[in-house]
Amino acid sequence: MTTPADDELWSAIADPSRRRVLDLVVSNGDVSASWLADRVPFSRQAVAKHLVVLERAGLVSRRKRGREVVYQVQADRLDRATRAMAELAAQWDQRLATIKRLAEAAHAATTPAVPGG
Amino acid sequence: MTSGLVIEREVVIEAPAEVVWRTITEPDQISQWFADRVDLVVEPGAHGYLQFGDQGGSVVVETVDPPRRLSFRWNYPAGEDPVTGNSMLVEFTLTPEGAERTRLRVTESGHELRDWPGREKQRYADEHREGWAEYLDRLASVLADRRPR
Repeated sequence: MTTPADDELWSAIADPSRRRVLDLVVSNGDVSASWLADRVPFSRQAVAKHLVVLERAGLVSRRKRGREVVYQVQADRLDRATRAMAELAAQWDQRLATIKRLAEAAHAATTPAVPGG
Repeated sequence: MTSGLVIEREVVIEAPAEVVWRTITEPDQISQWFADRVDLVVEPGAHGYLQFGDQGGSVVVETVDPPRRLSFRWNYPAGEDPVTGNSMLVEFTLTPEGAERTRLRVTESGHELRDWPGREKQRYADEHREGWAEYLDRLASVLADRRPR
């Protein structure tokens, strides 16, 4: 089950352009909106919008450095997201393992033993 | 349509697809691998309820194509109908591998396609087959390398 906070997170990273912005913040850290705009194929306004969404999802935060505003990734939020994904995958692994056990038992119960096989 | 999006897991089962199909669709079986209590008829469009401990949630069946495909939506806001954009879609695909072996694949996908124009969806599917789990893993490892220890 997901929570509303997760929903915001998933939609924040669902957009390829936004992921590009997030990638740049993750690998470079403490970068400004105009630094980012120079490195992506879309407009400065689009970068600003993406940063707002990423900030709202808690993935990046901003602070003032001298006269400019710089962005950095929120590591704990990202760690939490990674863990949530791993947990979802692990749940399905567990369910599939149980399905396998049930189906194989059901099949064995209906299959007559083959003499000499 | 959901290639590489969000969660994708699979298992190989030593049983025919028909047997696996019964395991994933019969309520007394579903309650053994999924929810604690299952109130669900597996028919297209059927509304049901899954109880997990003291929590529960509604579910709506989408595709029923025995013994190959089953899909349902869950995790949507109470009082709303589940559609693309407000729910998670779970899809089971059964692929026979010989008479007595079946590959069972499950994908769970969600909000990634919300309100996107078709062109964007296609671009997403083409460029990002790795899925969110891998994407987040990759980001986290980049971050771990960068963080001073």
